[in-house]
Amino acid sequence: MNREMISAKGLRKNFGNLEVLKGVDLTVSQGEIISIIGPSGSGKSTLLRCLIHLEKASAGSIHIEGEPIVTTSAEGVVHTPHERQVRHRCRKLGMVFQNFNLFPHKTALENVTEALLVVAKQDKKQAEIRGEEMLAKVGLSDKRDTYPCYLSGGQKQRVAIARALAMGPDIMLFDEPTSALDPELIGEVLQVIKQLASERITMLVVTHEMTFAREVSDRVIFMDDGRILEDAAPDKLFTDPDHPRIKTFLEKML
Amino acid sequence: MDYLLQTTGYIFQGAGVTLKLFIITLAVSLPLGFLCAMGKTSKVKSLRLLMELYTSIVRGTPLLLQLFFVYYGLPILIPGLRFERFTAAAVTFILNYGAYFTEIFRGGIQSIERGQYEASRVLGMSYSQTMLRIVLPQTVKRVLPPVSNEAITLVKDTALVVVLGIGEILRNSKEIVSRDFTISPFIIAAGIYLALNYLLVVLFRKLEKRYAVYE
Ligand SMILES: Nc1ncnc2c1ncn2[C@@H]1O[C@H](COP(=O)(O)OP(=O)(O)OP(=O)(O)O)[C@@H](O)[C@H]1O
Ligand SMILES: [Mg+2]
Repeated sequence: MNREMISAKGLRKNFGNLEVLKGVDLTVSQGEIISIIGPSGSGKSTLLRCLIHLEKASAGSIHIEGEPIVTTSAEGVVHTPHERQVRHRCRKLGMVFQNFNLFPHKTALENVTEALLVVAKQDKKQAEIRGEEMLAKVGLSDKRDTYPCYLSGGQKQRVAIARALAMGPDIMLFDEPTSALDPELIGEVLQVIKQLASERITMLVVTHEMTFAREVSDRVIFMDDGRILEDAAPDKLFTDPDHPRIKTFLEKML
Repeated sequence: MDYLLQTTGYIFQGAGVTLKLFIITLAVSLPLGFLCAMGKTSKVKSLRLLMELYTSIVRGTPLLLQLFFVYYGLPILIPGLRFERFTAAAVTFILNYGAYFTEIFRGGIQSIERGQYEASRVLGMSYSQTMLRIVLPQTVKRVLPPVSNEAITLVKDTALVVVLGIGEILRNSKEIVSRDFTISPFIIAAGIYLALNYLLVVLFRKLEKRYAVYE
């Protein structure tokens, strides 16, 4: 049960002169539910994006289930494996975005089956069975033939979750999955994520939903200014954080 | 009556040539535009520069000049390279419209949100899969209105090949006008252009409707 799913060491990322990640160390074990919180601009999204290689780290190393995505030699030379290899390794990860990023020209079901067809190379029948199964899981079986523009925000996000799950990732990354939603739609999405958590799918969730983070996570990571300021069990972090900054932040959030 | 049938027939013969030029131009310049737009949005800098050069030269000079250049200029520049009139016209129109379509498609491709690429990527799709299955289909919808405009302009631009003495609608009508001192050929010609463009408008409206199922 203690398999290491993600290991990041000394992870740095800069955009030009702007240093956004200033040396992040992070290990995620199988089945762990981790929330990442922290002020805006602290590098939470950038961290997730580096893990799934939407951004290339500027230094440090990332291993997904033991396989390297990025490594840095002793001389400081950053190395990434061949693009196809990276893509293949990153298939262990699924990602859900704040803005859903559904394919607007495809129905809910087609959104879910697209990668099954072209990446997993399943045949149409097989992909549709899997796709329907995933839509059922997020409670949207009746929307299979609906285009995203006719779905509510909450429904869109649930389709996006189904789409990511369909590929059978070992680890799910959520980047503020409820931040673009009207308050009354947040619950249905959190419900789905909670259900995944109860199935012990390894996940990293960047969120501003403090109640969710506290209830669901095994660990909560507080990021500030490109660093992990504290990485602790939710009870510890929410009631007795080591850093006064975290206290101030939490007070503001409540 | 006989006379009217005869003149109309002659003008319609010209319409055949016009139509042929129109169809050949669209059939080749649309894919050409797509390819060049891919080049223009690619990561390869030299390719981008080459496409930039192509589109700025073509879009920055008159179509009429380009016609003259291909028909009269090329044989001087490259001895032995002499196009037959219609071929010269088709080549010029394809290159000309290809450049405009390149710009339209480039704009369309670039209007697709970054999130679409990122979503495709995290699902494991390659760049070409992303382009073919996610980006281009959405681009088609967005470029339909400007492409439809270009197609209508193309119908009218075909009249320019009159300067090479190609017997299309306009030339044939004008011949009759100067021979018989009547303006009815011009009216027939206008009618044919209008009808062609009306057909195009209907066709594109149909296409747009088909793409209206989403967004
Ligand atoms: N592609 C980019 N180019 C330049 N700067 C960027 C880029 N992406 C992010 N940044 C900058 O990096 C910093 C960290 O951004 P990031 O999105 O990781 O923060 P965050 O913790 O997710 O914030 P939020 O809670 O607002 O989502 C910000 O200052 C942001 O402006
Ligand atoms: Mg963010």
